[in-house]
Amino acid sequence: MDTRVQEIVLRDSSTPAIPNLEMGGNVLVTRLDEIVNWARRNSIFPLTFGLACCAIEMMSSAASRFDLARFGMEVFRASPRQADLMIVAGRVSKKMAPVLRQIYDQMPSPKWVVSMGACASCGGIFNNYAIVQGVDQIVPVDVYVPGCPPSPDALIYALIKLQQKIRTQRLGMLLELTPRTETPALETSDGTRAIEASDASK
Amino acid sequence: MNIVRDVLKPIGKGLKITMRHFLEPKDTVSYPEQRKEQFARTRWKHVLLRYENGLERCIGCSLCAGACPVRCIYVEAADNTDTERYSPGERYAKRYEINLLRCIYCGYCQDACPTGAIVLREDYELADYTRESFIATKEMLLEPLPVRDEVAEGVK
Ligand code: SF4
Ligand code: SF4
Ligand code: SF4
Repeated sequence: MDTRVQEIVLRDSSTPAIPNLEMGGNVLVTRLDEIVNWARRNSIFPLTFGLACCAIEMMSSAASRFDLARFGMEVFRASPRQADLMIVAGRVSKKMAPVLRQIYDQMPSPKWVVSMGACASCGGIFNNYAIVQGVDQIVPVDVYVPGCPPSPDALIYALIKLQQKIRTQRLGMLLELTPRTETPALETSDGTRAIEASDASK
Repeated sequence: MNIVRDVLKPIGKGLKITMRHFLEPKDTVSYPEQRKEQFARTRWKHVLLRYENGLERCIGCSLCAGACPVRCIYVEAADNTDTERYSPGERYAKRYEINLLRCIYCGYCQDACPTGAIVLREDYELADYTRESFIATKEMLLEPLPVRDEVAEGVK
């Protein structure tokens, strides 16, 4: 697994490198960090959150041709209590948005979100009244995957990038223990926010 | 209940299917090490082409932006001058930006372009961590300048 991640990092300079100790890393729990992160990134259970056509590609990446089981991600969970990763695959309508936020809140920390496809990431072709223009208006997104739909290899590439991100997380920062209150506030094209994130988290 | 007929035989039958598939060649593409062969008309990240002499093909006509169903292309044209020449025609694209996140990779821009400047190629590894990083500017899309083989041209 590590060679895979290394390979992606070599090809892609935008992936964050692991912060070293001189740059203010944590001394006491450094080794523990590595073990915990290794366990976390190799057993990510995704939540089945297929909302539209992108979900078909998400299913196909779990099938034998692409086989997410190679990354320990084949256990798609229907219950948010058992899931670590929400792959938002498809367009999020404004009616679905509170539901999505609620399910996100029900997932236990640490949790990650991958926004799959043009629709989930920014509205895509549906720049209209019914679709949330980017799921990052309601939940914090870790990795965005462009494409309509992204092919399974593009999704797997994103998941490898997510693994790399998990690798750089530090226990000492207590990232996953502090509730994430602020949600990135990106404006829609007409200047209004689709849904107030604070409503959902109250 | 007959233990052989009702239990052992069905289990053997089932395992025979499992074993048959176990011995078949593997379908899995182990993606990062091994890449799936892309189809001939695969459409992923855009590339702005150049002519052989290094001039840009794009003439800043904005037809691609007009054809784009999600309006994710922004073109700002400027005039070529004799001292600063970017493309053979009258004008060139001063700014050319594509929002790769909103793009649906339909290829309409490629069809609309009168000079064949923009093409969609096979680079599908586009995922990233922030929304801002998906704005592809002209510098990121443009093909690198051809390297002149000066020995072959007889300059040196
Ligand atoms: S990005 Fe394309 S494939 Fe994915 S949900 Fe939207 S329309 Fe469907
Ligand atoms: S591929 Fe389609 S959506 Fe993407 S820039 Fe071209 S015309 Fe627009
Ligand atoms: S890419 Fe083609 S269609 Fe688009 S502005 Fe340039 S020349 Fe015109």
